[in-house]
Amino acid sequence: MLAAACVLSVAVGSLSVPPGQVWQALSDPSVHTIAAEAVRSRVPRTVLGLLVGAALACSGAIMQGLTRNPLADPGILGINAGAAVAIVIAMAYIGLTSAAQYIWFALAGAGLAAGAVWAIGTGGRGHATPLRLALAGAVLAAVLTSFTQALLLPHAQLLQSFRSWQAGGIDGARFTQIEQVLPFFVIGAAMAACSGPTLNALALGDEIATGLGTHVGRARLFLAVAAVLLAATSTALAGPIGFVGLIVPHAVRAMVGADYRWVLAWCVVVGPLLLLVADVVGRVITRPADVQVGILTAIIGAPVFIGLLRTRRLGEL
Amino acid sequence: MTDHEFSARGVSVGYGDRPVIGGLDLQVPAHRVGAIIGPNGCGKSTLLRTLSRQLRPSAGAVLLDGRAIHSMPTREVAKVLGLLPQSPTCPEGIVVEDLVSRGRTPHRGSFGRWTSADDEAIALALEETGTAELAERPVDELSGGQRQRVWIAMALAQQTDLLLLDEPTTFLDLAYQIDVLELLVRLNESRGTTIVMVLHDINLAARYCDWLAAMRDGTVRARGGPREVVDVETVREVFDLETVVIDDPVSGAPLVVPRGRAGRSAGERTAAREVPA
Repeated sequence: MLAAACVLSVAVGSLSVPPGQVWQALSDPSVHTIAAEAVRSRVPRTVLGLLVGAALACSGAIMQGLTRNPLADPGILGINAGAAVAIVIAMAYIGLTSAAQYIWFALAGAGLAAGAVWAIGTGGRGHATPLRLALAGAVLAAVLTSFTQALLLPHAQLLQSFRSWQAGGIDGARFTQIEQVLPFFVIGAAMAACSGPTLNALALGDEIATGLGTHVGRARLFLAVAAVLLAATSTALAGPIGFVGLIVPHAVRAMVGADYRWVLAWCVVVGPLLLLVADVVGRVITRPADVQVGILTAIIGAPVFIGLLRTRRLGEL
Repeated sequence: MTDHEFSARGVSVGYGDRPVIGGLDLQVPAHRVGAIIGPNGCGKSTLLRTLSRQLRPSAGAVLLDGRAIHSMPTREVAKVLGLLPQSPTCPEGIVVEDLVSRGRTPHRGSFGRWTSADDEAIALALEETGTAELAERPVDELSGGQRQRVWIAMALAQQTDLLLLDEPTTFLDLAYQIDVLELLVRLNESRGTTIVMVLHDINLAARYCDWLAAMRDGTVRARGGPREVVDVETVREVFDLETVVIDDPVSGAPLVVPRGRAGRSAGERTAAREVPA
C-alpha cells in the first residue's frame, strides 16, 4: 500500500502521468518530456513525505508512551508551536531562509517548549497527569501562536512564506534541503529504533519500570530528546503538520496491540501512508492548485480521531 | 537459587522535609516469607518503596550482598530484586502473555534477542500462577483476582531471588486474598524465592508468613516469628487497640480478635440493650 502511495505521489498532480511513463521517467534519465520532468520534480516531495510521515508518527508514539498520555502529540504538547516561534524569529530578525539554517532554531524552540510543558504539567513536583500535560501544552501552544502572529505583523514580506509554511506542506521540497537536515532524521530514527523496550517498561508505570531495571529519569530524557528531534526536524522542513502524530499511533495500536516495538515499526509505514495519501488528495481536489498536506491531515484526521474516541476507551496508557 | 544478603541499615527517608522513617534497621532472612505490618501512615509502604529503590534514603543504605542498591546499576539490581507495586498501570488492550513477557526486560538488551530461556521463564510463570489458559486474553477483561495473578506471573518471569510486594491483597475479596497468599507461599517453597510484602491484615500475615515486622511512627517496634510479634502487648503498642489473641483453629497461628475501643461490637451492643429491659 505504501509503495502504491509512493507511485501515486509521483504520478498525480496538476499534470497526471500514467504508471508506464512514470517508470520510464524514473529509470531513463535521457527522456525529457514534460511528463517525465513533472514526475522527477515530484520525487523529492515524495521522499520528504516518507520522512516526515514516519518521523511525526514515531514522535507521536514516543510522546504518548513517555507521558502515558493518549492525547500526546507534537501539536497538542506545544512542540510544533515552539519550533514555529523560533523559526519566525530566525526568519524575521536574523534573515535565515533555508531549513538547514533554521533547523537549530527549530530544535531549540521545540526543546524549550517541551521542557516548559513538562515543568508546567508536573508543577515542579508530583505526577504529570494526561490532563494537566495536555492543558499545559494547549495553553503554551496558544501563547506561542499569538506570539508568532505578533512577530509577523511588522514583517509583511515574511507573511506569505510563513503562511504556506504554517499550513504545513511538503511541496517545494528540494533534495538539497532534505540532505542538509538528514542527519537529524537519522539520529532521531536511531534513537526511536531502540526505544521500544523502554517504552514497554514505562507503560507499566514508573514503579514497575524501575523494578524492571529502567532508570526512569534518564529514559524519559532520552525519549523526549528523540521525540523532539523528530518533531522539530519535520516542522522545520514541512511546517507544523497536525494529527499524524496523534492518530497514527492509535490506529497502529488498534492493529498490532500494545507492544511498542511493533507500534514504532508500523508507524514508519502508516505515517508516510497517511501523509502521502493526504498530499495526493490535496493535489487532486483543487486541481491545478494544491491544498497543503497539513490542512488535509487535519480534515482526514479529525473525524478518524473522533471515531477512535467514540469506539475505544482512551484511558491512561 | 543463591543466598542473598538483603538489609536496611540505619535508613532514614522522608518526603520533602517531613521525615517518615528514621534510622531503621531490617535484616531480610533469605528464602523466607515475611510481612511488614502496622497502622496507616506508619511508614510501611515507604519502607518497601525504599527497599525497592523507588525512594532514596536521606541517611543509611539498603544493602544487597554488601552493596548499596541505590548506587548499583539498576538493571543489575533488577535481575535479583523484583517488585510488584500496589497499583501498577495496565496498558490498554495488552494480552496476558505480552504483559508477562515484559518481566524479561532486565535480562535483555535494547535489541536483545528472544531466547529459549525467555520462553521457558514465561511458560513457567504462567503455569505456576495458573494463568496459562488466559495467555491470549486481554488483561483488562480479567477479574481482579485473575489480574493480580497475571502481575505476579510477570514478576516471576523476571526470575528474581527476592520479590517485594506492596499490599498484594488490597482490592481483592477474601477468597482471592487467600488465593494470592497461598500462591506466594507455594512459590517460596518451590523456587525458594525470598518474599517481603506489606500487608494490612495482621491475621493473614500471621497465618502465612515466617516472620513479621511491626512498624509504628517510622520504626520497627517488634520483629520475629508470628508468635513473637502477634501478642496483646505488641498489638496495643502498634495499633492502639485492645485485643484478645487466640489460636487460629485452622492453622494454629495467632489470631487477633479486637475488643473494640469502647465496647462497640454488635454482640456487645446487643448485650448492652438487653440490660435495661
